[in-house]
Amino acid sequence: MIRIFGILTGLLFTVAVLWSFIVDTGAAISEPAPETAEEKYHLYPKGPEGGFAHEGLFAKWDTAQLQRGYQVYKEVCSACHSLRLVAFRNLGEIGYDEGQVKAEAASWQVPGVDPNTGEATMVEGSPTDYFPKPYANDIAARAANNNAIPPDLSLITKARHDGTNYVYDLLTGYREQPAELVEEFPEAKTAEGQYYNPFFHSLNISMAPPLTGTGQVTYGEGNPEPTIEQMAEDVTAFLAWTAEPTLVKRRQTGWAFLLFLVFATVLAYFSKKQVWARAKGGDVGEASVKED
Amino acid sequence: MSFPWAQQYEPKYGLTKFLDEKLPLPRLVYNAVGAGYPVPRNLSYFWNFGVLAGFCLVLQIVTGVVLAMHYAPNTLVAFDSTEHIMRNVNWGWLMRYAHANGASAFFVVVYIHIFRGLYYSSYKAPREMIWLLGVVIFLLMMATAFMGYVLPWGQMSYWGAKVITGLFGAIPLVGEGIQNWLLGGFAPDNAALNRFFSLHFLLPFVIAGVVILHIWALHIPGSSNPTGVEVKKESDTLPFHPYYTAKDGFGLGVFLIIYFAFVFFMPNALGHPDNYIPANPLSTPANIVPEWYFWPFYAILRAFTADFFFVPAKLMGVLAMFASILVWFFLPWLDKSPVRSGHYRPLFRKFFWFGLIPAIVVLGYCGGAHLSTTTILLSQIFTAYYFLHFLVILPIISLIERPEPMPYSITEAVLGHDPDSKLGPKPTTASPAKA
Repeated sequence: MIRIFGILTGLLFTVAVLWSFIVDTGAAISEPAPETAEEKYHLYPKGPEGGFAHEGLFAKWDTAQLQRGYQVYKEVCSACHSLRLVAFRNLGEIGYDEGQVKAEAASWQVPGVDPNTGEATMVEGSPTDYFPKPYANDIAARAANNNAIPPDLSLITKARHDGTNYVYDLLTGYREQPAELVEEFPEAKTAEGQYYNPFFHSLNISMAPPLTGTGQVTYGEGNPEPTIEQMAEDVTAFLAWTAEPTLVKRRQTGWAFLLFLVFATVLAYFSKKQVWARAKGGDVGEASVKED
Repeated sequence: MSFPWAQQYEPKYGLTKFLDEKLPLPRLVYNAVGAGYPVPRNLSYFWNFGVLAGFCLVLQIVTGVVLAMHYAPNTLVAFDSTEHIMRNVNWGWLMRYAHANGASAFFVVVYIHIFRGLYYSSYKAPREMIWLLGVVIFLLMMATAFMGYVLPWGQMSYWGAKVITGLFGAIPLVGEGIQNWLLGGFAPDNAALNRFFSLHFLLPFVIAGVVILHIWALHIPGSSNPTGVEVKKESDTLPFHPYYTAKDGFGLGVFLIIYFAFVFFMPNALGHPDNYIPANPLSTPANIVPEWYFWPFYAILRAFTADFFFVPAKLMGVLAMFASILVWFFLPWLDKSPVRSGHYRPLFRKFFWFGLIPAIVVLGYCGGAHLSTTTILLSQIFTAYYFLHFLVILPIISLIERPEPMPYSITEAVLGHDPDSKLGPKPTTASPAKA
């Protein structure tokens, strides 16, 4: 009885889903989905040549690079992008000493309260403060940026597919829109206030090319030339750190865990072998088992 | 119940004697997972996964309780409290990654456990109740995992909650009411997040309760084994301790190595990047997908695209998705073959390896991929196969199949001969044990 009922139910679902299959196949043949500009021209991120310094199973942060990246964020990105999950005190983790952290914090204006009047005002940052937001609210952010809200950057490298490479390629990927693209997909033409960037999901992004070249940021002595690629790599590494500040500690802890586990598992393997040796060899009776 | 030759617990010390008189917990453990539980001696490593699943449950409860100490179930701060755990709580990142990847590990282990049960027909008499309780555990796990994924209140949390509760909206007449009742509002918001947190905390303990029943039911007939031949005598079994504790210990080590490789070296590989974007009801993600362990069922849901007579496509998809799991409840009565193990069932084996497994892999791929004509058509074909397999093929092959020769006993399967076998040694071509 159950089987007859089961077979009928099974056939019902099968016929229903095959009906969907027939309808969809018919639709796909009669009006195949047109190819879109995004499908044809979107590029997947590759990242900088040679990868990032912090990539690899044993790699550590390049703190000089993170500091350069912080400088790029501070002098370029922070005009529009917040970093709300990071506090100034966290800068101590990328090689600044206590005094430098205090000085860096003090170089930012953060929302505070006037100690005399109690009114809201901007005050010098202290290490416990978080990075301030560049806009008062989303409406202000939209108004200033062609109706697009600049996303918070704290987690950006984890919030996009292949995020670290994506951020690097987005920053360095601006170019002229190919003429044949506009010819084939006139509606995908880059609009006023937008910029063509094949790494962006819709190909046209509202962010103007943020990195313009040498002279934009001055790196301290002993650092590489601040080319667009160099700045992009540095700021991306910095954002990889803001997204995952525990990355290096995580890997180091991981090696300790794995070393111990491999050792313990090898021991477990041999004890298993030894225990089971008693059950092998044909003597299956109670004698072999009850002795221990 | 146990086999008559099971070793008996004999307390030796004052304390254990005292306990055994007042509350015989040591005796319970001894008979459940100690020397007092005789287990077929031919279990393969596929029989490790029950213990591993139990381990995962404990792992999830321990990490989850710690996370709950720092997490705040309020839409205003849920996302930031999760990041607070990641950034400011000592070893919080480890707890969260262990918990998130622990969910995936739990499902990997449970899927292997389920498919072991399917291949060796562990659901057949006398083990129907173990199987039924197992399906209940799986359903509870799905609910728990779904609600847990909502808690960080990222984009996928929010939109996942919206899509899944929206499924109930497909039910005619009362659907919308049920959906609003489940959410405590017209869309996922604070009311939903709060109750999901409450239930996400509660359900693992319900699972633990059903796991106890699952193990209790297991100890009545005893464990199944790769030959599917029931235990006949003492030489067919070994005491759980030390044999299977040792074997499970090794299996646990291998499991932990793989699990911690994910936790420490690719903790976000199985997650979706959109969940690192705070929930935004005004911005729909390009591709709303659940976590990987739901992909096959999600593909079945999305496979129904055309109305079927008077049944709307969406309702049909919802019914099919639930039916795809509920059908497991009926397996003990759908598959009437007297032979349990797939080793001795040539036809069943072919449909299992070349039908069911590929179907579920393809459905899994389609459920996670961007919607396209190809993935839709593929999901439709393999959804059809999925239902045919369980509801039509399985009952039919159990009638027409000619099983291969089986060993007389587990002893014979392991040793190649059994003095009690009336037929003498058999050609052991089909013997699966101890290759």
